[in-house]
Amino acid sequence: MSKVKVSLLTGRTIDQGTGKEIGKLSEEYRKSVAICQMDPEDMKFLGVKENNNVKVITNFGSVVVKAVKSARAPHPKVAFIPYGPWASIIMNPKTHGTGMPSLKGIPAEIESAPEEGVLTLHDLLNQYFKEKQS
Amino acid sequence: MTVVTGVTCPICGTFCDDIEVVVKDNVITDVRNACAMGAAKFLNYATHRNLKPLVRKNGELVEASMDEAVRKAAEILADATYPILYGWSSTSCEAIRVGLELAEEVGGVIDNTSTVCHGPSILSIHDIGISTCTLGQLRHRADLIFYWASDPWSAHPRHVERYTTFSEGRFQKSAWKGYLTRLSGALSRKRLRRAVNLVLRRDIFATPEVERRLPYSMFQKKRKMIVVDVRKTYTAEVADYFLQVEPNKDYELLQAFRMLIRDEELDVDEVAGVPVEILEEVADIMVGCELGVLFFGVGLTMSEGKLRNIDAALSLTRDLNLRTKFLIMPMRGHFNVTGANVVFTWQTGYPYAIDFSHGYPRYNPGETSVVDILCRDEADASLIIASDPVAHFPLQAAQNLVKNPLIAIDPEVTPTTLTADVVFPSAFVGIETGGTAYRMDHVPLPLKKIVEPPKTCLPDAEILQRILREVRRLRRTQN
Repeated sequence: MSKVKVSLLTGRTIDQGTGKEIGKLSEEYRKSVAICQMDPEDMKFLGVKENNNVKVITNFGSVVVKAVKSARAPHPKVAFIPYGPWASIIMNPKTHGTGMPSLKGIPAEIESAPEEGVLTLHDLLNQYFKEKQS
Repeated sequence: MTVVTGVTCPICGTFCDDIEVVVKDNVITDVRNACAMGAAKFLNYATHRNLKPLVRKNGELVEASMDEAVRKAAEILADATYPILYGWSSTSCEAIRVGLELAEEVGGVIDNTSTVCHGPSILSIHDIGISTCTLGQLRHRADLIFYWASDPWSAHPRHVERYTTFSEGRFQKSAWKGYLTRLSGALSRKRLRRAVNLVLRRDIFATPEVERRLPYSMFQKKRKMIVVDVRKTYTAEVADYFLQVEPNKDYELLQAFRMLIRDEELDVDEVAGVPVEILEEVADIMVGCELGVLFFGVGLTMSEGKLRNIDAALSLTRDLNLRTKFLIMPMRGHFNVTGANVVFTWQTGYPYAIDFSHGYPRYNPGETSVVDILCRDEADASLIIASDPVAHFPLQAAQNLVKNPLIAIDPEVTPTTLTADVVFPSAFVGIETGGTAYRMDHVPLPLKKIVEPPKTCLPDAEILQRILREVRRLRRTQN
């Protein structure tokens, strides 16, 4: 299966900002953060279309999110996931003695994942924080 | 129906103070002047919220009385040897003050969200110093505005309109009309290009891949805005010029600017993906401005280099002050993250990551910062207030946080409250309870109480006071 190597960024978007204020359990929030904004050329290379599921893999884990055509393109080989529980799964916890984990510019691979679903917030918490079922 | 005016917005570091809120029968029905995030908060704060204290029993969170929750929380903190008290940036300075007292009492580590935000900026400011000012000065005087690795359109939506390029200052005019003219010009060119291409069936107006000159508008004597970022953000679209830097190369670009403004030559064709000719012209504009300002975002603190990127940005500003007047300011995220740093410093001498386990405050980010403590799995309990680290910390840190007893004080239902052992529903700061908060330029402003909170939701400061009293009582009986 073809993969594309990217530099992964995380950050705020206005939709993430309004989604979190509407409520972290809301569908608006999930739709605003469980996404990966990709360059259209990278999407074409992977054969994925808008809202298809993709798996984003880093040295620290993998997560399935929806691919979204970036309105900020062209930025080939750069992908963006808004801050949120989905992005946090694959972030680099190393702080290099500064207290700050590396949340931007992380090497990652993206592949198409048509068979896998995007976890809901409850499923995500139950999968990764088993000792305290939400 | 009443209209409450002069409301401060409890969301981002811009901390707008001109919001108008329409209240009818203790319910907010309309909000004026707020951005999309502000409006979403004022209109939706009552949904998805905690209303009763919760305590985890047999693996499930069940409703409890306030006294029972306070007792349970106090037991967790009093029994712990190295607890973490984290959050603080979205609550009032009054609550933060009580939090510091509690941290000292339990001998824990207290840290605020700047640890995963502008913590590296603070470390650099310790080393280099900072030439900064209040936002009002910039609104009236700044003629060159840089947003470096920051996208205020997304994170601080009214910053440009209230304090910089699109604000009408006493000595600097708003660049809003110029932007509209540029926008309509660009749209006309796009339409013309589409029409011509349809007729000729080929792309005749394709722009060259790399521009080697700045646009003419950059040399006019007027207020200008330059955005430096790794992608063309929404803010970049309204800027006079956008410099696209390769990811993790900000340090090189900042140092290149430092060389250029010292009239040194660069022996390369491009730096961080930007042609040197362009850098030279931008450096000339920096030196030629009357009052410049560099706002930098977490794009610098979170990518490779971290505090060293900020070292370079602060040094660039210092160097520029040999030639002109230049200032620099971090774009602080939460509405009171600056207040958290201020109160921490006022009480302990240090701005964040403070360890009280020795009985006195100790500060060593990298060792006493929360993410490092969690990754080393050293903490044995935690109290999280007005923050959601389970959603926003890297997985390893979040898992080590959740596996130990966790107390959450938050008005909303969040991944942290869902995985907590004790949950306190608090009143929304700036909506249901007042207080003080510091804007990103260290100006303290009052938070307003607009509506009454539900009876079961207490202000953060009161919840913390009750826990503190109970911890002291427990320790007295244990001794």
